[in-house]
Amino acid sequence: MKIVDDLPPGLSALDRPNSYIGRAIPRPNLQRLAQGRGQFVSDVVLPRMAHVAFLRSPYAHARIKKIATAKAEKAPGVVAVVTGAELAKVITPWVGVLTHLKGIKSAPQHAIAVERACWQGEAVCAVVAHTRAEAEDACELIEIAYEELKPVTDAETALDAKTPVIHPELGDNLTFERKYEAGEPDKGFAEADAVVETTFVFGRHTGVCVEPRAIVADWNAGEQRLTVYQGTQAPHMMQNLFAKHLGLEEHQVRVLCKDVGGSFGIKVHVYADEMAVAALSKLLQRPVKFVADRIESFVTDIHARDHRVKAKIGVKKDGTITAWEIDDLTGIGPYSVYPRTSGIEANQIVNLTGGPYRCMNYRARARVVFQNKNVMCQYRAVGHPIATAVTEELVDLAAMKIGMDPVEIRRRNLIPDDGYPCAGASGIKFEKLSHHASLAKIVAMMDYAKLRREQEELRRRGIHRGIGFAAFIEVTNPSAAFYGVGGARISSQDGATLKLDATGAVICQSGVTEQGQGAEAVMAQVVATAVGVPIERVRVITGDTDNTPYGGGTWASRAAGIGGEAGWQAGKILRANILAVAGSILQATPEALDIRSGVVVDKDSGRERIGLDEVARVAYFRPDTLPPGFQAELMATRHYVPRAWPFAFTNGIQASWLEVDVEIGTVKLLRHWCVEDCGTVINPQLVDEQIRGGVVQGIGGALFEHCIYDRDGQLVNGNMADYLVPMAAEMPDIEVGHVVTPTADSELGAKGAGEAGTAGAPAAVMNAINDALKPLGAKLLVEMPFTPERILKALGRV
Amino acid sequence: MKPAAFAYAKASSVREAIELLGKNKKGARLLAGGQSLIAALNLRLDAPSLLIDINGIGGLDKIALKQNWVELGALVRHAAALRSAVVQKHAPLIAKALPHVGHPAIRNRGTIGGSIALADPAAELPACLIALGGEVVISGPKGKRTVKADGFFKDLFETALGPRDLLTAIRVPAANRESRFGFAEICRRHGDYAMVGLAAAARAEGAHLRDIRLVYFGVGSTAVRARRAETALAKHGPDAAVAALQDDLDPPDDVQASGATKKYLAGVLLRRIARELAGASA
Repeated sequence: MKIVDDLPPGLSALDRPNSYIGRAIPRPNLQRLAQGRGQFVSDVVLPRMAHVAFLRSPYAHARIKKIATAKAEKAPGVVAVVTGAELAKVITPWVGVLTHLKGIKSAPQHAIAVERACWQGEAVCAVVAHTRAEAEDACELIEIAYEELKPVTDAETALDAKTPVIHPELGDNLTFERKYEAGEPDKGFAEADAVVETTFVFGRHTGVCVEPRAIVADWNAGEQRLTVYQGTQAPHMMQNLFAKHLGLEEHQVRVLCKDVGGSFGIKVHVYADEMAVAALSKLLQRPVKFVADRIESFVTDIHARDHRVKAKIGVKKDGTITAWEIDDLTGIGPYSVYPRTSGIEANQIVNLTGGPYRCMNYRARARVVFQNKNVMCQYRAVGHPIATAVTEELVDLAAMKIGMDPVEIRRRNLIPDDGYPCAGASGIKFEKLSHHASLAKIVAMMDYAKLRREQEELRRRGIHRGIGFAAFIEVTNPSAAFYGVGGARISSQDGATLKLDATGAVICQSGVTEQGQGAEAVMAQVVATAVGVPIERVRVITGDTDNTPYGGGTWASRAAGIGGEAGWQAGKILRANILAVAGSILQATPEALDIRSGVVVDKDSGRERIGLDEVARVAYFRPDTLPPGFQAELMATRHYVPRAWPFAFTNGIQASWLEVDVEIGTVKLLRHWCVEDCGTVINPQLVDEQIRGGVVQGIGGALFEHCIYDRDGQLVNGNMADYLVPMAAEMPDIEVGHVVTPTADSELGAKGAGEAGTAGAPAAVMNAINDALKPLGAKLLVEMPFTPERILKALGRV
Repeated sequence: MKPAAFAYAKASSVREAIELLGKNKKGARLLAGGQSLIAALNLRLDAPSLLIDINGIGGLDKIALKQNWVELGALVRHAAALRSAVVQKHAPLIAKALPHVGHPAIRNRGTIGGSIALADPAAELPACLIALGGEVVISGPKGKRTVKADGFFKDLFETALGPRDLLTAIRVPAANRESRFGFAEICRRHGDYAMVGLAAAARAEGAHLRDIRLVYFGVGSTAVRARRAETALAKHGPDAAVAALQDDLDPPDDVQASGATKKYLAGVLLRRIARELAGASA
């Protein structure tokens, strides 16, 4: 925190009366949502609105020879049956590549498949009808002649000469490859006393949102304008893309994003079916609604994490890590997802592996390949869970090899807390992290020594418990380095506009979005503090490209750090402007005044002078009483973008304590701890819940969630009975602790907190399982999710 | 996920429901708790022309002790059975099994009769009914009849119920001092369909167990009685019983586990249940 303005030495602006920074303020939208008054896209009903259902390819790869639509067109309630070829006249295809991912390639993707379906679930025809049920009825009447093509499903063989090339014009199935080398990895391995290697497999999974993807598009031919109601994390990005592919100017498109039932990165991408809805509205000149059902969510919402990583570590007897090496392979479906690309997760794995540690000898390769499965792209904590799991299991293996305690080897290798600023092995830049303070804190929170004694004692009674650690770093507050430099029109800056209304309340319009995580609460807290008003007097407006400053939205843990800082800066300006008006009214110097609890006071004595309602009344209704030449400015806008660092890295460490039933292979999670450092904590309750929710999603990937495809590219468990999301009954208590190292890049000093939980949890659980099974001579478990069957196999029981 | 169009009729008596079943040539489905049926309709796995709602039929939601039998009406909700003192005391195996059936919201709506009539091979109650040597009470166009549980479950989702039959109740013998029960299932999450489950009943005769019934679920197209293991357990103990399971069970692979793993887990459950049967009294 470096906000030092007009307060006595030793105090910061956060010590102002009615500062809300650092307080667990209830979210202003809580009552509304609890009373069922949320406005989700599913709730949007417009006059003449029609519903669309998509007929989707049952094959992973097939040529579409003929589509017979005559029967469907005559079905009750049907407005139109539209094929990909027909829709392609209204909307242009896109290619998901960015220039900063050197060599990345992909093929043009259409809103509805035109000539070929490239994964099971790709839309091949649309039916628009008066109701969704009628549209689904008519879908059953469409006859499509397919010619089945050989699907490419195994990433391992996708690049083999005898494997068909999914997009022949690209020459091969390689989407993207990155090679990186730093320091002297060969020398590092040669100098090591022990070298350990293993191959990790991370199961493909997805982010299951309570509210599925949903969109209503309304083309108004009269004003030549498209209004889109969409559950999205990036309204301005979508505004740009709807305009671009429908041949419109951006000002002809308005994107409205009201309540969103969870997103986790799922709702920050371009989905072909959503683009199709916008095109259908333009084609049919009426509002069209699409709400993905759960079955189509599983085969169309982006998947993530399908990686195979061969990894190696060198270590000296004294615990010094001497080198790292990884080789990552991932299959991302038939198209690189637009506009962020599907190369980012692999790229992140290269960037983040080994990140918390001092060892600078590092070699990495990542290959991204096409396959005929649903597309993969960025989901909560992109790449982090994989890089952290690889790194932390390697560290544990190294410790085991030299007979060192897992805490001790980390203590000896983590970047020292006084060693900043510095760069990691992959060249990523760290402003200031707190690995050692975090490690010390978690060891104390969990009473590590006592837990080890308990573990020993229980082992003698045949109870197998394990302790696993995972130090991690998290990318937050991204600058333009993430997407902008690669040519994507995705804003890294964000803005806030504040207005004092005529009764002295503050209206805040922000470019970030709310999707259930409490971003609006954080904005209200920052603005109330900066201006000096009770939080009840702040109303936050988000998610409307007509009425909010241009911004990126909410992803990559950026809302509080970037949107919040814009709100803070705008709040300071509005406060100064209000005090200028008050000074004019009171014939006092503005510098001698302050705003506290919505009242202008004498700064020194705290004596109340004039309410903000009175300031507003005079400024708006009796400006004639103000001195000549004085103009009140009670609306202020500020923007913010991180400039000093490409990303505000955060750090932390997690630990898991669990029990394995070695007879049946199940894992019972007993306790979980996370100490994290997201800089200034604006709302401790919201931060802790972000951490806990993130941990649960991480545990999902480690133990439960898995999109299982068969050899023909069919998803075999795409429903909520067979795809296991983590549920409350299986979750442990999650204790959260904080170390606070604010970023000096902003006055607020807040970094992101949305993905740290997901980044570290799978690694902590994996290490704990392997720790529990160590005395039993089990094979190392490195293939997620850790199902009972995999655990029993590792134990040699089946 | 919208169901295909169907007609809806609400029956006010068993007789009316059977008449409606008879009139409908193209296929009707009985709607009780709807916890499996509605999902099947929404997924368009099933598209009946008529849904006959039997929730309004009086008298089918009773739980009663009649002579030495516990009778549960077809419309008894899982939640009501779970709360029932009669079930707790006289049908403790069912009381042990019910907390594993889905989640509270499912148990609030789902019915005992629906679970038995659907005959999901991974469901808990069909296995309990067989283990207890229970009976199914059926009303059809020709009147009322009773079918033994052992002969009721025919194949995957196939039972002794005819197209115009209505299951009105299940009956299980009331537990006595000699009764012994065991129940266990293995799931990755509580409330899921079991990877493997076992419902067991026996009669204690001094230190010995007689009339052992071991019924597995989640291992085939119906709940499966492990008859060889029953005999082996009575005569030679758990090791022999686990060995005998090799011939009793042939579980297919599914998304949660291979058949081989399920078979292994069935053995683990058998050892655990054998301890339970030998130890605790009902």
